Amino acid sequence: MKRPLFLPPQGYRQRRLRDVARLLPVMALFLIFLPMLWGEETSDLRQTGSDGIYLFLVWLFLIVAAAIIARRLSDEADAVKPAPPPPVKGPR
Amino acid sequence: MPSNPPRRPPSKARAEMPFNLLVIAALSYVIFLFSVAFVVERRAALGAAGWLRSPVVYTLSLSVYCTAWTFYGAVGYAARSGLEYLTIYLGPTIVFVGWWWVLRKLVRIGRQHHVTSIADLISSRYGKSNLLGVIVTVMCVTAATPYIALQLQSVTLSFGVFASATADGWAKPDGDATSVWVTAGLAVFTILFGTRNLDANEQHTGVVTAIAVEAVVKLVALVAVGAFVVWGIADGPRDILARIDASDLAEWHMKPSRWSGLIFLSAAAVICLPRMFQVLVVENSDERHLATASWAFPLYVMLMSLFVVPIAVVGLELMPEGSNPDLFVLTVPLSQGQGGLAMLAFLGGFSSATSMVIVAAIALATMMSNHIVMPFWLSLRAGKAVPGDVRRLVLLSRRLSIVAILALGYFYYRGSGGSAALASIGLISFVGVAQILPAMMGGIFWRGATRTGAILGLCIGFAIWAYALFLPSFGTDGVLSAQVLAHGPFGVGWLRPQALFGVTGIDPLIHALFWSIALNTLVFCAGSLLTFPNPVERVQAAAFINAFESEPGNAQGWSAQGAAGAEDLLVMAQRILGDDEALAFFETQAAAQGKSGYLPDPTAGFVEQLERRLAGSVGAATAHAMIAQIAGRAAVSVEDLMAVANEAAQIMEYSAKLEEQQDTLTRTARQLRDANDKLTQLSVQKDAFLSQISHELRTPMTSIRAFSEILTEGDLPGELVTKYGKIIHDETKRLTRLLDDLLDLSVLESGTVQLNLDLSNLRGMIDRAMGAASHTRPERRFVIHRDLPAEDIFLRTDSDRLTQVFINLISNSRKYCNAENPELRISVRRKGGRVTVDFIDNGSGIPKDKQALIFEKFSRLTDQTKAGGAGLGLAICREVMANLGGTITYLPGQWGAAFRVSLPLRLEDRPK
Repeated sequence: MKRPLFLPPQGYRQRRLRDVARLLPVMALFLIFLPMLWGEETSDLRQTGSDGIYLFLVWLFLIVAAAIIARRLSDEADAVKPAPPPPVKGPR
Repeated sequence: MPSNPPRRPPSKARAEMPFNLLVIAALSYVIFLFSVAFVVERRAALGAAGWLRSPVVYTLSLSVYCTAWTFYGAVGYAARSGLEYLTIYLGPTIVFVGWWWVLRKLVRIGRQHHVTSIADLISSRYGKSNLLGVIVTVMCVTAATPYIALQLQSVTLSFGVFASATADGWAKPDGDATSVWVTAGLAVFTILFGTRNLDANEQHTGVVTAIAVEAVVKLVALVAVGAFVVWGIADGPRDILARIDASDLAEWHMKPSRWSGLIFLSAAAVICLPRMFQVLVVENSDERHLATASWAFPLYVMLMSLFVVPIAVVGLELMPEGSNPDLFVLTVPLSQGQGGLAMLAFLGGFSSATSMVIVAAIALATMMSNHIVMPFWLSLRAGKAVPGDVRRLVLLSRRLSIVAILALGYFYYRGSGGSAALASIGLISFVGVAQILPAMMGGIFWRGATRTGAILGLCIGFAIWAYALFLPSFGTDGVLSAQVLAHGPFGVGWLRPQALFGVTGIDPLIHALFWSIALNTLVFCAGSLLTFPNPVERVQAAAFINAFESEPGNAQGWSAQGAAGAEDLLVMAQRILGDDEALAFFETQAAAQGKSGYLPDPTAGFVEQLERRLAGSVGAATAHAMIAQIAGRAAVSVEDLMAVANEAAQIMEYSAKLEEQQDTLTRTARQLRDANDKLTQLSVQKDAFLSQISHELRTPMTSIRAFSEILTEGDLPGELVTKYGKIIHDETKRLTRLLDDLLDLSVLESGTVQLNLDLSNLRGMIDRAMGAASHTRPERRFVIHRDLPAEDIFLRTDSDRLTQVFINLISNSRKYCNAENPELRISVRRKGGRVTVDFIDNGSGIPKDKQALIFEKFSRLTDQTKAGGAGLGLAICREVMANLGGTITYLPGQWGAAFRVSLPLRLEDRPK
């Protein structure tokens, strides 16, 4: 099956939304690894208070971003396919 | 990692918490959970699960990730290593916010293939290999045993915290007795709810809901303790921050290797832990729940870890030197006289431990039963029919497995003496299950991954884990001697368990993680690249990789003509699925095939569906083996698969053949129709011929009879007698000629004519013909145009016959040419090996519609029968020419009537 090379705007948005969903963990990894870079060169000692605040803020940001993306992805999935995702085979 | 031996917390300034009250609370809590699970099962059985299958319940059930290790151990971990404890939750967070990559595909595959456990997933992906199922099961059980021991330990410890407070009749209970009771209780609960029935999808609604309730309890408990610490003991967040800065925890060691290594480890574990796989994939009832869990589960673990540092800091402040920080969640409220809060915290910890043990035991028991017990049992009965009571056998084997797993955990706890810090046991277990990651990721993203590669990778990874991490965790001289630890086995330095290949100075955990995963992946990839997968593997690989593109493919191509009788299959299915369910399934399938009743045709598609369905109960490998027993096909050969693949080609070939045959048939039919037409035509011709010939014969016969009658009357004048006699003679001659012609024609037509081939000159023949023809209407003056030099050709042919044709043509011309001054042109041409002779007169010619008829017998254009011709002349000419290997045709569009005679220069003897 050949796919069209270019998409109408709606399909295009959908694809980019999925791209965001895929990029989010990469960004999460970057933000979470960031504390490894700061601090003094010679010592691996870090401030618990400020590091903790930073990490929890990053965490909160990730949760909010994931919630928004998840909401929009499922809205879009409902809009595109009113039918529920393919059920497991076999009658139930 | 530093590990403190657990100490009894100090007994001063604590709330009164009688031990019997604690036991009653724990028991009532268990009974409460029990009733929740029971009611839910009942509702689910009535089909009213409704909100019980909501994304919230799904997300909460995922909290089995947070075990007693989280509940108690995280605070201890934070007290020892600062913020490093966060890695255990940040890893899963990354995996969940990145659900679009991995989790979505895992859940889809799990639902498509009715996967029952992580071992089933791996086994199913690599060609339903039971060996892989066994390997993964053994790894999971080995890795989970210390983890289960850890839960038992934490529950026992938490009981111990309260128990030491009592000074009355309830003397300090025996820790061993407590752990036995806890183990037994957990086993009973797990058996009651995990193995009540054998569900086709291996889902346990009741247990999942109970787990969700426990998730709420532990979150509420931990947040309550946290809130009490922040707002009850300290003076709000600002004060807590100040206290953190003032405490020993103000600074922590950020080791990049541990930070990144542990995040990777926890991310791998959240997918690979059998219990996580159970709730994440197996118990998933709707793929869309995953979207909610993608943010709600990170939120849950964030809340679980939010108050860990405050509790640790306050605990370190308040509790005396040497207190076990693993128990701060309990001891801090107790020391502040908050008995109720401590009870809540106790129930929270109890929840964490029980939920983990229950789910892990269910998951591991399923694996053990499906991949070890059932195949073993089947192999014992190889060749025999599947006997009754498979369901009970499966359930029994699961129950025994649960007991065995909990017993293993108990004995590990007793054996290790419960001495290691909670966190380190958890991490050891994590590294063990993380060995499944390469095979799993390779399995769902890389088509080239093969069974051999997976087996090798898993074994290498597992071996390194055991050697470098698991066995040393029993302590010096535990399993590995101090000698081996320090100098390597047999003094081989580069094989030292904690300094493999001479790499020293890394943290032992990261060391083991790095080497095991690296070599595991390396061997897995190399093994996959160098080996060739068997057909089932290749089909399964395609189905797994393309989980989103298509419905699962036909994995094994059960032969439609297989020996499997629908009845045998039904008998077997009833024994596994239960009577009602199996009958319902068969009825639906029969209906789908358009049949009534309960026995569908055992088509390949139906058998495949049945296998999938059974796989939901007993695992892919076992289901495959069981069906193979009935269908009589234990293994799929390349030939079989090729046959399946060739089927399409064969069908195409067949249809092409059919088409060809149809063409042939059409052609034959056309030929037959033509032949029939011709026959009809011939019949008509024959009738016409007969009537014509009787007419032709009758005419002279009539006059002969009439005149002979007159003659018999006598008394006639002599001249009349002479005249009539002449008429009779003429008519007889005509009759004779007609009969001669007919005879001639029949001889010519039958092809039995004797030709006298000789060499003769064409000019001579024409001369003779002209001489003979001049008797026809001798009164007409005819101008003949000839090309004498051109006629000077010697032909090898039957000259008499050819002259006969020429005579016929010339006399025809003389007879019928209606021009005032008739002329005849005779032109001769030589072309290649053939000679053509054209006879063209200047008459009006033959009308177009008659041209086709002139060569037929008795065809006369006019009814003038001047020369007494019967209309056989041209017909005879045609037959003669055919016998001479030539043709005679009418040339249209000439001056007048034109005939072309064409014949070969040299006629060869006719083959006899």
